[in-house]
Amino acid sequence: MGFLEYAPAPESRSILQLRDRYGLFIDGQFVDGSGDPFTTISPADEQPIAEIARADSADVDKAVAAARRAYDQVWSRMRGSDRGKYLFRIARLVQERARELAVAESLDNGKPIKESRDVDVPLVAAWFFYYAGWADKLDHAGLGADPKALGVAGQIIPWNFPLLMLAWKIAPALAAGNTVVLKPAETTPLTALLFAEIVQQADLPPGVVNIVTGAGDTGAAIVDHPDVDKIAFTGSTDVGRAIARSTAGTGKKITLELGGKAANIVFDDAPIDQAIEGIVNGIFFNQGHVCCAGSRLLVQENIHDEVIDRLKSRLSTLRLGDPLDKNTDIGAINSSEQLERIRQISAIGEEEGAERWTAPCELPSQGFWFAPTIFTNVSTSNRIARDEIFGPVLSVLTFRTPDEAIKKANNTPYGLSAGVWSEKGSRILAVADQLRAGVVWANTFNRFDPASPFGGYKESGFGREGGRHGLGAYLAPASAPVRNRVLAPTDAGDDAGRPSLETQPAAGATGASESGASSGGSKPKSSRSKKGEAK
Amino acid sequence: MSRLAVPKTYKLYIGGQFPRSESGRSYEIVGAGDRFLANAAKASRKDARDAVRAARAAQPGWARATAYNRGQVLYRVAEVLEGRRGQFADEVAAVEGVADAEALAEVDAAIDLWVWYAGWADKFAQVMGNANPVAGPYFNISVPEPTGVVAAVAPQSRGTSLLGITAVVAPAILSGNSIVVVASERAPLSAISLSEVLATSDVPGGVVNVLTGSPAEIAPWLASHADVNALDLCGAERLEWVDLQIAAAQTLKRVLTPEPGVPAATLERIGFFTETKTVWHTKSML
Repeated sequence: MGFLEYAPAPESRSILQLRDRYGLFIDGQFVDGSGDPFTTISPADEQPIAEIARADSADVDKAVAAARRAYDQVWSRMRGSDRGKYLFRIARLVQERARELAVAESLDNGKPIKESRDVDVPLVAAWFFYYAGWADKLDHAGLGADPKALGVAGQIIPWNFPLLMLAWKIAPALAAGNTVVLKPAETTPLTALLFAEIVQQADLPPGVVNIVTGAGDTGAAIVDHPDVDKIAFTGSTDVGRAIARSTAGTGKKITLELGGKAANIVFDDAPIDQAIEGIVNGIFFNQGHVCCAGSRLLVQENIHDEVIDRLKSRLSTLRLGDPLDKNTDIGAINSSEQLERIRQISAIGEEEGAERWTAPCELPSQGFWFAPTIFTNVSTSNRIARDEIFGPVLSVLTFRTPDEAIKKANNTPYGLSAGVWSEKGSRILAVADQLRAGVVWANTFNRFDPASPFGGYKESGFGREGGRHGLGAYLAPASAPVRNRVLAPTDAGDDAGRPSLETQPAAGATGASESGASSGGSKPKSSRSKKGEAK
Repeated sequence: MSRLAVPKTYKLYIGGQFPRSESGRSYEIVGAGDRFLANAAKASRKDARDAVRAARAAQPGWARATAYNRGQVLYRVAEVLEGRRGQFADEVAAVEGVADAEALAEVDAAIDLWVWYAGWADKFAQVMGNANPVAGPYFNISVPEPTGVVAAVAPQSRGTSLLGITAVVAPAILSGNSIVVVASERAPLSAISLSEVLATSDVPGGVVNVLTGSPAEIAPWLASHADVNALDLCGAERLEWVDLQIAAAQTLKRVLTPEPGVPAATLERIGFFTETKTVWHTKSML
């Protein structure tokens, strides 16, 4: 055994007591889905984990109806302090079952156990704990006194941080008084279903949280459902565009957290040791399956060679393999489709003349794997410098002056995150000011905290998750009409059934109701106290 | 012998200049009793694109100005408007066919609105931003920044020709955005006269660009323009605004949907045209 080799130290799977089949979680119960069930596999060895129900639009109807009932009859009438207590309970239950959740996450997603154990699951608990405390303090959320919940929130989350994205969505929604219908990603439904069990253990009133599994069709059924008041989506920019289109004119509030192509800028006065670790963490954390990944390294020309040499030697020490092994640094790529995309775009990088270097590591014969890869000699027009790869591939560009670094960093339709490395505080502040990105990490990268707002500029989406700002995404000021109520009898003139389901406003009746509801939606901080209100 | 008046030529306001429409088109503006008042420029797609280019060029410099400076510039607009109250009241009365007192009230409301928003320039960031107590050795702060270039359809209803455009432009630019605004189609004269005030109030050229003509014709080009960051459909209630919102989705513009009448003066409106930036600064070990 060599200096850098370790004996295998796999986390035991015996802590997991998985069922063979999982249904949909609707109205507090697991129920069968109407679509054809699908199998979720472990991307590390392609072995099946469990059979998962597929929700069709009728199932989504049932879930939305349950959420609406729970909202009308229970959750919207409950004291904020009691909603908060439920969220505190959930936070504690997550902590109690942390090990189990971490194992399930690594199994289903392919991420290293040290990340699911030390990052994902602790942050999940922190997220619920943070928002729990907000539930009875909404007057201080920045929207004036007595802000209102929106109603039923439809939430669609990606596969890269399955349980963490669930927490980012559900915790603020429930704290603000909404009920939810959430769809986990098709390839990573497992921890959301374990979370449904936690919801049962917490004795959360039925219908407050509903979880429907499936693919894009299921998500579209949620987005297009007329009785959903709010859509929160994290995923690709293309799907984000489609959601923005299909919700146009409906008055649904939306928050979109989409793609990124973050610049990680390293100045020649940077603390190099930390910068190397930060670059590695920036792009190889979670196999680069991170929307805010530092996928474009902008390094000052005079230190380029030194940085690349040290980066290569650091990457050569990373251990790729079994996600459940506690020593593993790089886990599996989440799906064969994603692996194929990473391979394709990397091949294009070579064709376009960039120089490819791959960390020397052995790839397991089964499962989906991609070794950490660096491209040097990349120019700004190369696909690998423009497109989101969503994999462990770093594109390196150089700059000479701070101005050039800023211009290159901002030269992208995205604007989610950026990094700046320098020992000079005044330079960091000046550069951070000029970066068009929603999150800037100075001398660090990929840090997340429930108190810290996260979200993008430009085509990286709109709205913020986390912090006080994230709460605003699920609230409307007291004066704003609530979407589902404004079109009710008085306007629609139809009191049979649910006139409130009307989504396309009649011509000429595009009233303040619609604009009020949807305008606040795109931006959490857009909903603020009215003129003259004390803050 | 009475003096023969010198009528004004009303043109567009793009990049600090007053060009005619590149299309050479104009349309007739009439007042009460269909009395001819002026020929306004009828802006084309090319004019809209020129305006977006001017707005983009001006935006970074305007955003870099200090908040105090932007506040003073907006206040200066109010000062210069105040000196021309009579002129604006006459114009509003003529184009909208309202009584002098009503016209003057609209002008006064517009002036006061500039003052109100001017005062927000160096305060909104304090109200909307905050430090975040993250669990680690970081100084973490969230601040609002301008979204970039805003395109807007000003209110089109009667009685809003000066107040309406003010209520759309002031909240967008005070945070450091630039704007391309399509004026009231029927009553665009005050918007162009307001441009003359902006041009002489230290508002840098290109920060506000005013187009006159048909919103139905111009708005689709602005809604789909890739270099526009946000779309304010305030006065678009009679347009096919859902289509505009759909077009805006291609580049994920922030969209404010139509609001009848003059939009309320709110901090919410300022916030809508901002982005929250959160910066994590590492604290060293002592």
